[in-house]
Parts: sequence; C-alpha cells; structure tokens
Amino acid sequence: MTRKQRRGALIGVGVAVLTVAVGLVLFALRDSIVFFYTPSDVVEKSIAPGQRFRLGGLVADGSVKRGEGAKVAFSVTDTLKTLPVTYEGVLPDLFREGQGVVAEGVLTPSGVFVADTVLAKHDEIYMPPEVAKALKEKGVKLGKGAAHPKDTQSQRD
Amino acid sequence: MIVEVGHFALVLALLVAIFQMVVPAWGAHVGDERLMRVGEPAALCQFGLLGISALALTHAYVTSDFSVANVVANSHSTKPLLYRISGVWGNHEGSMVLWVLILALFGAAVAAFGRNLPETLKANVLSVQASIAVAFCLFILLTSNPFERINPAPADGNGLNPILQDPALAFHPPFLYTGYVGFSIAFSFAVAALIEGRLDAAWARWVRPWTLAAWMCLTVGIAMGSWWAYYELGWGGWWFWDPVENASLMPWLAGTALLHCAVVMEKREALKVWTVLLAILAFSLSLMGTFLVRSGVLTSVHAFAVDPQRGIFILAIMTLFTGGGLALFALRARNLRQGGLFAPISREGALVLNNILLTTACATVLIGTLYPLVLEALTGAKISVGPPYFNMTFGPLMLPLLIALPFGPLLTWKRGDILGAAQRLMFAAVLAIVALVLAYATFHRGPILAPFGLALGVFVMVGALIELATRVRVGDVPWRESLRRLKGQPRSAFGTTLAHFGVGLMVVGIVATSAYREEKILVMKPGDTTQLAGYTLAFQGATPRTGPNYREQVGGFDVTRGGNDIAVLEPSKRIYDAPPQPTSEAGIHPAWRGDLYVVLGDNQNDGGFAVRVYFNPLVRFIWIGALIMFLGGAVSLSDRRLRIGVPRRTRRATAPAPAE
Repeated sequence: MTRKQRRGALIGVGVAVLTVAVGLVLFALRDSIVFFYTPSDVVEKSIAPGQRFRLGGLVADGSVKRGEGAKVAFSVTDTLKTLPVTYEGVLPDLFREGQGVVAEGVLTPSGVFVADTVLAKHDEIYMPPEVAKALKEKGVKLGKGAAHPKDTQSQRD
Repeated sequence: MIVEVGHFALVLALLVAIFQMVVPAWGAHVGDERLMRVGEPAALCQFGLLGISALALTHAYVTSDFSVANVVANSHSTKPLLYRISGVWGNHEGSMVLWVLILALFGAAVAAFGRNLPETLKANVLSVQASIAVAFCLFILLTSNPFERINPAPADGNGLNPILQDPALAFHPPFLYTGYVGFSIAFSFAVAALIEGRLDAAWARWVRPWTLAAWMCLTVGIAMGSWWAYYELGWGGWWFWDPVENASLMPWLAGTALLHCAVVMEKREALKVWTVLLAILAFSLSLMGTFLVRSGVLTSVHAFAVDPQRGIFILAIMTLFTGGGLALFALRARNLRQGGLFAPISREGALVLNNILLTTACATVLIGTLYPLVLEALTGAKISVGPPYFNMTFGPLMLPLLIALPFGPLLTWKRGDILGAAQRLMFAAVLAIVALVLAYATFHRGPILAPFGLALGVFVMVGALIELATRVRVGDVPWRESLRRLKGQPRSAFGTTLAHFGVGLMVVGIVATSAYREEKILVMKPGDTTQLAGYTLAFQGATPRTGPNYREQVGGFDVTRGGNDIAVLEPSKRIYDAPPQPTSEAGIHPAWRGDLYVVLGDNQNDGGFAVRVYFNPLVRFIWIGALIMFLGGAVSLSDRRLRIGVPRRTRRATAPAPAE
C-alpha cells in the first residue's frame, strides 16, 4: 500500500464511523428527547395525549392523596393552571406540598398526567431552575428561596 | 488571623504564579538559562502558598470559625470531623481552592521530578501551567473568595447538605479534580511543544505518566461518584446520564484516547499532530466540565443555583485556554514532522480505531449534553435529553470498540496479522459463546441482545488474559520458561492486561444489572413478607433512632433465602438537624451474584410503608472493574521506564543542553 492509500483507508474508517455516529445522533435526538412544559403550556399548546413530556411546577397544597398500595395522586400547578397527576412508586425525599417538582410521563385522554418518574431536587428551598424560570415567565411571584439562588448553597461537587 | 493568613497566601500565590508565567517562558525565548531555572522554585513556592491557603481554610472548618461566611454557609458545629474537613471542598469556593491546589501540585511535581526534561521544554511547561493557575487564582479572589468574613458572626452554621455527608463523597471531589486538573499537564506539555515547534518520541514518554496518573484518578473519581449515587440517592441506579456525570465522562473518554495514542507516538513517532490535539481537547473538556458544573447553566442534581457572574468568568477562562491552545495548534501543527508509516491492520491501526471510536463517542455525549442548552437559547423550547439518547448513540459506538479491543494488543506494530490474532482469540471466543448459551439458559427474560453483551464482556476479559499468555508464550514453551518470561515482562504489560480485564468485567456488570434487574414497589405493614430474586423479606416494622446529627425512622427487614438467615437490612428515612433535610438510606445486602437493595418510603394512611426492593445482579462488577482499571494504571505507572523517565541517550540526542 502506498502512503496515500494508507491514509485513505484511515480516513475512510474515520468518515464511516462519523457517518454512523451522526446518523445515530440525529435518529436518537428525534426519538428520545423529552420536552418540558408547565400546566399552562399543556393547556395553551394543547399537548396531544400519549406524547411523553416533563411536567414541572409546584405540588398544589392539599392535593396529595395516597391511594391503594403505592399509588399516589397529586396536582401540579403553576398557580394559573393545575393538572392532576398520578404516580405509582416511592416519592422522592423532598417531595412536599408547595415545593417544586418535575414529573415525567404521558397525558391520558381524560386529562390526567400519568407519571413514571418524579423528581424533587435535593434542597429544602430549592426549585428546579426550569420550574423557577417557567413560573417567572408566567408572572408568578416566587418564594424567598428561589428568588435568591445564592441562599441555597448546596451543590455536590 | 489564620483566615487572613490563608487569604494573603492566596494573593501571594497569584503573584508567584504571574512571575512563573512570565519569567521562565521569556528565558526560554531569549535562551537565558538563569531565567528558565526560576520556574522550578516558583512552582514549588506557589504550591506551598496554596497549601497554606487550603490549610487555613481547613482550619476554619475544623474549628468551626463562624466568622467566615463560607464556613457559616456550609458547616455546622455538630458535624462529624470527617465531614467538617470534606465540607471544605463540598462547596463552590472551597472546591475551587482545591482545584488550584491540585493544579499547583502537578506543576510542583513537574518541577521536582522532571529533572531530565530539556530546560526549555520544562520552562515553557511550567509557564503554561502557571498561566492556568493565574486565571483560576483570579477567579477565586474576584468572584468566589472563601475567606470572606461575616460580621456579626452567627452562633452556628447552616450545615452541609446531608446527602453530601458520606465517606465516598468526602473523597470523590479530590479524585475527580486530580483527574480533571491532571490533564492540565498534558495540555501544558502540548502547548510548550507547539511553542518550541519540537515534538518527538521523548515528549510522548514524558507526557504519558502524567496523563496516566490523571486518568487513574478520574477513573476512581467517576466510579466513586457512581457508587455514591447508587447507595445514597436511593434510586438503585448507578449512572443517570446526568449532565454533570457527562461532564466528567467526556474528559475521561478524551483522556483514554490520549493515553492510547501517546503510546503510538512514543513507540512509532506517528500520530503526533493528533496526540497534541487530544491533549488540548482533554483539558478543554475538563475546563468545560468545570464550567458546566459551576455556571449553573445545567439542570442537574449537582448544579444548583450558582452566580451567573462566575459562569461568565469560567467561560472566559475556558475560551482563552481552549481557543488559545487550538489557535496555536492551527498555526504550528503543520511544522510537526510526520512520523512512521503503518498499514491499516497493525497495532497503530487498532489504536487509531480506538481513538476514532472514543472521540466520536465523546462527541455524541457532548452533543447530548449541550443540545438542550443550544435549543433553549435558539428556540426557547425546554427539553431534556435522557438515557434513551445516550443508550442509542453511545452504546453502538462502544460495541465495535469492545470487539476490537482484544485484537489490538495482539497485532504487531507496522503491519499486523489479523488472522493470527483471531486464532489466538479462539479460546476467548469459545468462552464467550459458552457465556452466551449459559445466559440464555439462565435468564428467560430481559432484552434479547443482553446475552451478547455478557459474551462480549467475557470475550474482552479472556482476551486480555490471552494477550499476556501470548507474551509469555504459554503452550509454546515449557511452563518454567513461561514463568521466567512472566517475571521478565515490563510492568506496563501487566498494566495493560489488568486495565483491559477491568473493562471486560465492567461490561459484564453493566449489561447484567441493566438487563436483569428486578424491581418491586409495594406497601408493607409490619409482619408482611415479600419475595424477590429468591430472597424472602419479612418487614418487622419501623422504629425511631437518633444519630449524631440526625433523627431517623429505621425499617427492619429480615432477609432469608431458602430458609437460611441471610441478613437484617435496615433502610431508613433520615431528617438531619442542620439543614433540616430528609434523606433515604438504602438497606443493601451485597453479594457476588448481586445486591439486594431496599428503600423505605413514606408512611401510608393505613399504617403501612411504601417499600421499594431491587435486585441488581452483578452490579459490583462495575466498580470492581473500575478499580481494576485503576490498578492497571498504577502498575503501569510503576514501570521503571516511566518512573525514571527517558534514558540518557535520548536526552542527549534531543537536548544538547549542558548537564545539570
């Protein structure tokens, strides 16, 4: 093999790997990304049932109801709109009424959000940034903790 | 007083670093040896000053000096000593002090141990290293000063986030940072080589041990983080493709690629340009990791609200060093002489394939991590890119890498014999097929491809051993002769075998636990029993208990298997005193075949408790594999060739400088 051919072979392998990778990335990005909506977004954008997304907001006060077994129902609100959520499993430690929460799952045709993942962040007065931002955009006044991010000095480093 | 000394030492360290940045490089430029030589004492002095600074901060934490704002925000007088110490780096300001301390440590190590480096190269390396220190010292002093006083001093502090009060996490940041920052040495060497315009095999030989040390620490740091997440977060998972995890994985991937292509450069003087580029990229990705975590642009369990000003500062640092490094690369790379030729099927070819796949995998992780940020900036849509994306892109790229892995070391340099390598690997292939059949026979569930994954892991493990066996010619020569040859092998050969074996073991663990995990969520009342993976769990009820700085509700589970008592698991829900925050402590019964993992959930209305039970088969192989990879690195690092650096002959040839 000449030097040129050798280099050609190497470049060929590189281009092949890159092509496969680009294909995979484009395919995966189309299929496996999850959008983030607040309850108002869900209403305004009329999200179709069956589409997977993340729902973020506050757990509405007085809405948490334990059902049979490990089933639990609660509502997520951005104070403008409220959406009922059901979940089966163990809720995170920091899940509490009035606190920020992010749930991932699908909307049923009856308008109930069935979550398979519930995230509450690792801080008492912490609100997930996407929730804080979305709430701010909706003109909702935030509590002290979220308004002063410097107060919440808790990072895992 | 001690706090002020620490602050002052930090300022002095900045000044020393500025001196170290300017003078040796100037000396190298004008060829003045005295100017070049000041780099050494300056690097040691800079390290000493930063050491004083870090000790002063640690002292403030240990003695709970609540006149310091940083201590108030992150410590509490009732906290155990270990966590008062680890609290130093459990927050933004302190962790940045640790960052520059490690940076200076590496610089000082080059000054102290790089005795046979050519003078000009050493001067330039120390200068570049110091320039990074200048940037980060400025960052600390201007935006995140840990020595700031607070007046009046409060009676007690806010405490450290309880989930960080954990032994594995106490040591996770130092290892991770040593890994991140260790790549700065590779970066400094690369930039110094570009400045000088000279790059040879000896250069690669100097860079390798530093890269290896950094890579080892990063491996352990990531593994520790994953281990911590596994038992502390109570989700039973070990990797979440969380942006901050990705931020540490990317430099690891680039570093692994760098480690392998430095071998090619050292042995064959090929791939020079690529090696330099990877050295720059590995450190740039480390900087980007720091930026992503520190700026708060990412939503993650780690990156909580952080001052945006700091983010901009770090972004500026990152742009400066990455941009500067790449610009210098673009200007100078063409001057680097091309190295040895090789056929596509050869050891070099295999290492090139390794590099292509690792860097591409790194790029897919990068895209997945940054895509949500870019999309939000452009369209305002908020999305999250989760595990499905990474499994779909990262997985398929690792597949050919793992298949090719055992072949690489069996090929010879320049031109390899792939059929010969395949023949030698027959035994590994046979064992892999046995594993495949066994897996299908044992598990009647799980993804159809999972047994292939297990087989691949076995193939890599056995392949690594075969490589060593081939080296000592097991079977070809009498046993005694093989044994003698085994003793004669360089340590780096054992290192390679160990590290590759660790990779295989890790693959087995990852595939087994991802594919065959069992999970049960239920409500249990005292006296209830449940079964999972052959274990029987009897719930004995929950009782309150008080710890040193927390109260907890402890659930008792009697675990039996086939009528034999196995263990009593005590998962608990804790409420810490300061800050008052709840955490879950999982009850774990570790065993070779897998972990039984129990989490106690909320108290239900009817007196029962929500309980989550997992069985994670072979999950420990993941961390044991990482540990073996680390050991492989350590054994390789202890190789005489790397330890003593370059033989004199080479040094004379490359550096006609007067003897020391």
